[in-house]
Amino acid sequence: MRVAAEQQLSLITGAEAAAHAMRQIDPDVVPVYPITPQTPIIETFAQFVSDGLCHTEIINVESEHSAMSAAVGASCAGSRVITATSSQGLALMLEIVYIAASMRCPIVIAVGSRALSGPINIHCDHSDSMMARDAGCVQLFAENAQEAYDLMLIAQRLAEDHRVLVPVMVMQDGFTITHSAEPVALLPDEVVKEFVGEYEPLYPLLDVDHPTTQGPFALPDYYFELKRQQADALDAARSVWLELQEEFAALSGRRYHGFFEAYKLSDAEYVLVILSSTAGTAKVTIDRLRRKGVKVGLLRPWVFRPFPAHEIAQALAGKRAVAVLDRAISLGSWGPLYLEISAALGRYLPKRPMLYNYIYGLGGRDTPPELLASVVTDMQNEVDPTVLRYLGLRE
Amino acid sequence: MPNTKELAHREELHKRFTGAHALCAGCGAPICVRTILNAIEEPVVVINATGCLEVATTRYPTTAWNIPWIHVAFENAAAVASGVETAYRVLRRRGKISQEIRFVAFGGDGGTYDIGLQALSGALERGHRFIYVCYDNEAYMNTGNQRSGATPFAAQTSTAPVGEKSFGKPQRRKDLTEIVAAHHIPYVAQASISDWYDLARKARKAAAVDGPAFLNVLSTCPRGWGHPTDQSVKIARLAVETCYWPLYEIIEGRWVLNYIPEEKLPITEWLRPQKRFAHLFEPQNRELLRQIQQQVDEEWEKLLRKCERYEAL
Repeated sequence: MRVAAEQQLSLITGAEAAAHAMRQIDPDVVPVYPITPQTPIIETFAQFVSDGLCHTEIINVESEHSAMSAAVGASCAGSRVITATSSQGLALMLEIVYIAASMRCPIVIAVGSRALSGPINIHCDHSDSMMARDAGCVQLFAENAQEAYDLMLIAQRLAEDHRVLVPVMVMQDGFTITHSAEPVALLPDEVVKEFVGEYEPLYPLLDVDHPTTQGPFALPDYYFELKRQQADALDAARSVWLELQEEFAALSGRRYHGFFEAYKLSDAEYVLVILSSTAGTAKVTIDRLRRKGVKVGLLRPWVFRPFPAHEIAQALAGKRAVAVLDRAISLGSWGPLYLEISAALGRYLPKRPMLYNYIYGLGGRDTPPELLASVVTDMQNEVDPTVLRYLGLRE
Repeated sequence: MPNTKELAHREELHKRFTGAHALCAGCGAPICVRTILNAIEEPVVVINATGCLEVATTRYPTTAWNIPWIHVAFENAAAVASGVETAYRVLRRRGKISQEIRFVAFGGDGGTYDIGLQALSGALERGHRFIYVCYDNEAYMNTGNQRSGATPFAAQTSTAPVGEKSFGKPQRRKDLTEIVAAHHIPYVAQASISDWYDLARKARKAAAVDGPAFLNVLSTCPRGWGHPTDQSVKIARLAVETCYWPLYEIIEGRWVLNYIPEEKLPITEWLRPQKRFAHLFEPQNRELLRQIQQQVDEEWEKLLRKCERYEAL
């Protein structure tokens, strides 16, 4: 592909990559509150602002609840808003994340994924973002620092597209990505500036000549219809995402094909489905197993909300077995990603592959290639698919 | 400053807050809102906490507001105001907005003394230029008169009811005005819906300072307090005349008293017309009445010592 923009490689962490995306987007207002492992995002960004590299006003609020509340206020006012959080911070925000989505605020939320308390733990899992999965936001999961950067830029456009207008959460794994340095190709500032453009709010609160009442009280006669509009907005995000990928690929040479990465998937008999950074380990594992003649592949969704059910079902049609690896658990049920894929296969495929669910890596537990290989062995041995399995757990 | 008549005439020309609402007869909140909005010259954007005022004025798809208005949740009006005001400053700097705009947040005592106190404290400490108005009716009235941190000692509420073993709320109310003053913001005032001119003047002063301002406005609730709907203003006035709710300002840290009653009425004058205090007039509760009078006297004396000067409006 012919790439439009010259790009320099920088050795930076995922947190720094997200902060560089924010610097280039140059939002109007960034309300933030520190929390590990997100903090280096806002610290790096605060230095950019202090150095005069962007015109943003940072509001150093007194809690994440107020961060999201100020974000909604600033967004409804008519300004471009980004914030960042993790774990307990997202939990504290969550009441207002639902309201941000219902008030159709295109706020981009960078998330350094971290386990929810309790017990308190600062390391990675996806229990925080999965807790927020029904809030009405688009949810994107990055595998590495490069994706953390790219997805922030695409998220900004996606959120502000008038067909969408909902918050977009961009997840990167806490520590594994937020704190690990990798080579990241940054687009030139002016290319990003042109890509994201100016935010054009539909009904800015600050337009005093055309006063609006925002966030009113809706009773049984209207609430339901307003919720349906939010469902439609997330549906609209599917086609906008596909359009933006094309545009972004032309600029950067990095293409986010469809809604998920398919790694050695087309001829695979066995499939691992996994989100985020552990997919890197999965690819190494797959390469090793392929060398031994095992036909195994990977499906890694970038987009979890709106969930690409039909596309994933089609990609998994005809496979012998599929193992969905969840880094979160819906306690009392199974993994959230598994539940989605199970529903998708049931809805779209007359003949379903054997479907397994493994919970892995909670609270930052390491998941080495051997463990992922053991999942493939389980599939080959046709172990009981009605049992929820835990990977790397001391029973 | 225009007099009350002129203010009323101005409201006729442009109603910022209209009668198209479902607030109860005798509710103090609309008096508070209209007086304040009408006193401020500049365009105003309103930020509203969840509560009676929000619920009764914006039943979708109708609205009682002719000016920009936003509501997000119960505990975060000051945080939402922080975001709106910051966006305003950035957009103005970038040349996208040219007008002078003032920001007024309204919250009840539940949303201000209790669940919204942290957000309020944060916004005051950060120095956003906005006016926070607490319309204080001394309990969670929107949900049916549950006790709040603003409910006075010995008042009957639905969550601290009077019974064999209870005389109502056993604790004293917190002094929010003083808590706010401890944030060293440029303007803090206590006012009442009974004293319109005083309230209007305070709103103008609040709008003029370059930083946060706070108004704590005593506001009646006939349903919660248990008084006839046509007695609201009179009852709020009795709170002032008994020195239960003194009118004062704190300007750049200096305390100014705005009203001294000619004859300080006994606290029973304020308590008697309200059903929430009816049990206090039973013979066995005489001691409680004495305690309440003592509390009011002590607070008034304390206030007199704090005030550097007296300036009637």
